[in-house]
Parts: sequence; C-alpha cells; structure tokens
Amino acid sequence: MRHILSVIFENKFNAIPRIAGLFSGRAYNMNSMSFGLGEDPETTRATITSEGDDQIIEQIAKQLNKLVDVIKVVELTYEPFVERELALVKVQSSPSTRAEIMQVADIFRAKIIDVSHKTITIEVTGKEDKVNAIIEMLQQFGIREIARTGIVALKREFQKESS
Amino acid sequence: MAEKKKTDENLMTGSEILVKALVEVGVDKIFGYPGGKVIGLYDVLFRTPEIQHILVRHEQGATHAADGYARATGKPGVVVVTSGPGATNTVTGIATAFMDSIPMIVFTGQVASGMIGNDAFQEADIIGITRPITKHSYLVKDAAHLSQIVHEAFHISVTGRPGPVLIDLPSDILAQKTSYKPCVEMKIRGYNPTYKGHSQQISKAADMLNSAKRPLIYAGGGVNIGLAADELSEIAIRGHIPVTTTLLGLGAFPEDNPLSVGMVGMHGTWYANMAMMQCDVLMCVGARFDDRVTGRLNHFSPASRKIHIDIDPSCISKNVSVDIPIVGHVKEILPDMLKKIKPADSETWLNTIAQWKSEHPLTYKQTDDVIRPQYVVERVAALTDHQAIVVTDVGQNQMWAAQFYGFKRPRQILSSGGLGTMGYGLPAALGAAFGCPDDTVVCFTGDGGFQMNIQELTTAVQHRIPLKIVLLNNGYLGMVRQWQELFFGRRYASTVLAEGNPDFMKLAEGYGAAGIRVSRPDEVDDAIRKGLKIDDRPVVMEFLISREENVFPMVPAGASLDEMLEAGH
Repeated sequence: MRHILSVIFENKFNAIPRIAGLFSGRAYNMNSMSFGLGEDPETTRATITSEGDDQIIEQIAKQLNKLVDVIKVVELTYEPFVERELALVKVQSSPSTRAEIMQVADIFRAKIIDVSHKTITIEVTGKEDKVNAIIEMLQQFGIREIARTGIVALKREFQKESS
Repeated sequence: MAEKKKTDENLMTGSEILVKALVEVGVDKIFGYPGGKVIGLYDVLFRTPEIQHILVRHEQGATHAADGYARATGKPGVVVVTSGPGATNTVTGIATAFMDSIPMIVFTGQVASGMIGNDAFQEADIIGITRPITKHSYLVKDAAHLSQIVHEAFHISVTGRPGPVLIDLPSDILAQKTSYKPCVEMKIRGYNPTYKGHSQQISKAADMLNSAKRPLIYAGGGVNIGLAADELSEIAIRGHIPVTTTLLGLGAFPEDNPLSVGMVGMHGTWYANMAMMQCDVLMCVGARFDDRVTGRLNHFSPASRKIHIDIDPSCISKNVSVDIPIVGHVKEILPDMLKKIKPADSETWLNTIAQWKSEHPLTYKQTDDVIRPQYVVERVAALTDHQAIVVTDVGQNQMWAAQFYGFKRPRQILSSGGLGTMGYGLPAALGAAFGCPDDTVVCFTGDGGFQMNIQELTTAVQHRIPLKIVLLNNGYLGMVRQWQELFFGRRYASTVLAEGNPDFMKLAEGYGAAGIRVSRPDEVDDAIRKGLKIDDRPVVMEFLISREENVFPMVPAGASLDEMLEAGH
C-alpha cells in the first residue's frame, strides 16, 4: 500500500542525504521524494511516498524522527489530505498531430508551455493517477522527455470539500 | 594602531577555540593519532595541560579505546584523527559504538574548505562514509561556530539514546582566526528525547507484573548506560520477579542474587532461555529484541504479554510487537514503576526456575591434562573477587567470559555486542584502564582478535598500564570453527590459526610487556596470581586451551530459544 509521509526538517548541511540515506541503508521502499522550503524559511518540507505495511511505515516514521535535523513527521495516509504532482511532458508533434495533442491537454486541463516545429511541451498538475493518465494518452504521439516533481501533499482541513 | 593590535591578540585560531570548548565540556582525555591536517590542533593540545592526549598506534584503536573509556566511566570518549585514511580508519570503531549506543565524539581532520570535492591529498568524504553509523555529524564552516558545535555534539552524544557524533574539521577552519563566541543557548529544534515515562502506561505495566504468575524481566545495555541497576534490582526484589540480561546488560543485576537467571540468547543459560519461552509477562528494559536474543522471531516467548521500556521509540515494536510500550529513560521510569509494584504470586515459577538451574547449570568438562577456557575464566573471576572490569574480544572468548565470570555491578563488562567487532578487546581495555585507573582491567581475548589490534600493546607499555590480557589460545578462529564443526561437516576453511601464530611470549617481550604461558590446568592459579601482581606494564597471560572446545548452550541460527544444543552434544 502507498503511504505518504510529510517531513519537516531544518535546512542543515547534510539533512537531505541523511533522510535519503535512511531509505537505502535500511532497505525501505521509496517511490518519490520532493523537497522545498517550508512555511518557516529555516525549514524544508519533504513529501515522501513509500510502499509497505503499517509496521514498516511506522518504523520509517520513527527512524526519520530520530534524525536530529527532523522536526516533525506526519503520516498522511490515514488522514484526509490533498495531493498534487506536476509533470512537464515533451511530446513529438507535427502539423497533423498538433491539434489532437492540444485537445488531449485540454481535456486534462493541462497547459501548453512550449512549442516548436517538432515538439510540444505540456505542463500538467494533478493527482498521481491523473498525471499517469495523460502520460499514457500522450504515449501514442511519442514522448521525448518527462520531468515529474514527485508528489506534494498537505493535510486537508475542510473535510467535506471534494478534491 | 594600538587598538588594532589589541583586537588581534584577542583573536584565536579554530584549533584554540576547539580546545577551549573541549575543556569547557570537561574533556580530560583524548585518544588520537596526528596527521597533516591536524598538526595545528595537536600544537594546541600540546600546550593544554588540562587535556591528556593518548597516542594510540592505529586510529581504529583510538575509537575502541574511547569506546572502552566511555563504557567504563559513563563519560563520552573523545577521538582526534587526521583526514583521509586517519578518518576512514575510525569507521569500525564508530560503527561499534553506534550499534551499542556508546557516547563518543570523533574529530576528523579534513582538507581545506576550498579543496573539498577535488580529490585532494588525503581527502575522504568522512561525513558521507559515516552517515549511517553516527547519531549526528557536523562539517564546520566557520571557526566562530566551533564552540556551539562542540557543546551541541556532546549534548547529542550523551542524551537520549547515546551514540557517536562526528565533527569534520577543514584545515583552513582550524587555522582561521576569529574571536571566541561562547555557546550561549543550545536549541536543537528536532531533538527532544523523551525522559519521563507515560504515567498510565507505567501503571498498566505495574498491574500486569503484579498479576503475573510467571513474570520475567529482560534487561539490556540501557540499564547499564542509564545507570539504573539499583532501580531495576528494587523492582525485581519487591515484585519477586526473576531477571535475565543480555550480553550488554550483564552486571545490571548481580548474578549471585537468587532472582538472577543469567544471560539470555544464543549462548545464554538454558534456564534463561526457557524462562523467556515460558514466562507469562515479559518486561524488556533497555534492550531491543535483537536476533541473538530472540532466536526464531515467530516463536519467541509465545505465552507472554510484553512490556517494553526504551528511550528510543524506534526500538519499540521493531522486531517484536509489545502490549505496553513505555518510551523514556529507565532512570525516570523504574522509580515511578517501583511505587506501584507489589509482590507477584510467583513462588511456583521461581521454584521451577531454581529447579532448572540445578538440572541444567552452565557447565563444562574439567580435565587434568588440558586447560578448559571456562576454567580460566572462573579462576580469573575468583582471584579478582568478581570485581575486575572485564573487557572481551569477540567470539568464543567473549561468550565464555560472559557465561563464567559472574558479574556483580553495572558497567563491569565491556563487549562489542551489536557489531561483534573482533579486535575490540585490547584497545577498549586500554581505554577502560585510562578511565578507571584504580580498577583491575582484565581483557579476555583469543589468538584471532588479539592480533587484530595488537599494536595497542605498545600504547599500554608506554603508559605503564597494567592490563591483564588473558589470551585464550586455541589456534583457531574458534567461534567460526565451532559453526564449521556443527553445521559445515568439520571443514575448517580458513579458521586454523595455529600454524601461522606468532610466539606470543616473544611478541609480548618485544613490546615490553610481561608474558606468562600456561599449558597445564594445575599451573593456572599461580599464573593468574603472578599476572595480577604485575603493576608497571601489561601482562599477556597465554593459556593454551583445549583446541576444539565449544560454547554451549547454543541456539542454532534460525532456531527457537528452547531448541538449544547443550554441552555433550
């Protein structure tokens, strides 16, 4: 089962390698990890997705918490949360396929952010499965390159709103 | 001009700031080895009478010595080495300390900040190399931060679950001149170890113990490190609860107390392992359900409800899920629990254990013609009144020392438990002797492990340290040979040391140590007495022991604790 951990840590030298190294050193599974400055500019928030049973995930959370730089670890799996991933997808295009590609992008509410004679670059934001779906749809045109951010997520506060 | 000059005089180098901070935190001994990148630091140490620097002969020896010093005294051990190979040589010692939660600060030299990453001479990414085996580490980027970092590092190393902290010192930082900025406030946002146990959990645990018919306490290194042996004994005695300990927990409960069931695990006593399997309430205190203790996990202590006290939340339910976890410091939790402990109705259980003890004692076959290693341990114990600080190497010598010495007080046995580091014994004994100069320090070692850090014999001779090195020489890598005998058809692949062994007496003599060789059982006592009297240099007491002696009982790898092989197997 997929689990999402939100980790807030001090922006200290070596903190990111410590977090990443924990996963390789203890043979924990990691599907994605994204980093960015947190609400407090002295901290960074990492969002990590991992696979494993509850006991393993609990161990991961505890081991992360044990790192001196880590201030807080929240497991979002069993809480309502919102998640997004951003992907840039560079697709091969020709005058004959361009319209169709734009149509696909439109259906997924993706944006065209670059275009050339032979390619279109699309920016898509959404849950992981939506990103997977548009990539799947774009395969037929020929994908040149993909850059994905990995998942970012936050706990949902207003619980009746749909995502 | 005059004012400018005065300011310059107030400036200090990074090395001076570092040493001043070390004095502030109370460091009086450093184990180390100089090199190009720390010459300036050594120059300051040379001029600092408050700190004694002990020159080891290999950096690994420095880390084990600091480890032995820390285990024996409870104060963090301090190591200083140079960059590159000096730093990488500390890795085994750091890993050893990390596995056994030993407080240690390791200062490594580093190439100048601007050179880092350029594959400079004697450069190694020691922060990266040691990342998984340190509790925390620092690369110093400004000499003005040094005092703060040193104070923080010591704080992190000794509090919570203790462990090694590494501080990497680029050479330009050590030379940098700046004014001394004292550490005013220590605020580490992500580091707040829990000390006080949850009171409801403690009550529940006490109730569970009070109502048990077959209670058992399983005490680990945490009780020794946490200085909570007295508190533990009070609970055991008031609650009528028998106590077994891990290897690192030996000494946390006196083995001559009738409630003691000795050591548990792969080479634990028969009765401790059976008690583990049959108890109905098991309270683990400062131990971590290590695989050497539990045997086959899915058949571990099947009848018991379990309580686990540990300062490290990640130890709870890592290997064995427990009913009542209590996170905190043993020294805080045990007194809180004691108030609620009542005598359990455990008389039948204690009688059962007493019967097991008489039916399945730790034993060995005594002979007139050849020395049994267990006999040597017993005689050393008797002639040191069970009061020596015992340091072991790793392997059969370690298990025999653990089984037959009879430990009476906490911090009495120093042994590499988690990592199982051969070569640990001699340098750790050296460190213990520096930490506790009034104690007799005995090092049980084998002909394999002794040779792994034998260079530290020089250090002991130089400082006239009267270490008692008990060399149990069987001419084999005994523990591996035992496995080969039992599980690999007696094919002794690369475990026969006898033909290549040096003459240990000449070797001792060459180093300037005393040497006593014993080959007959009736000479053992005289030799030990003679060895114990030497007070101006180390003595190597070499006992030529029965070569294929095995350590029993033994829980084979993957077997359950009640599937022990016993002596006579």
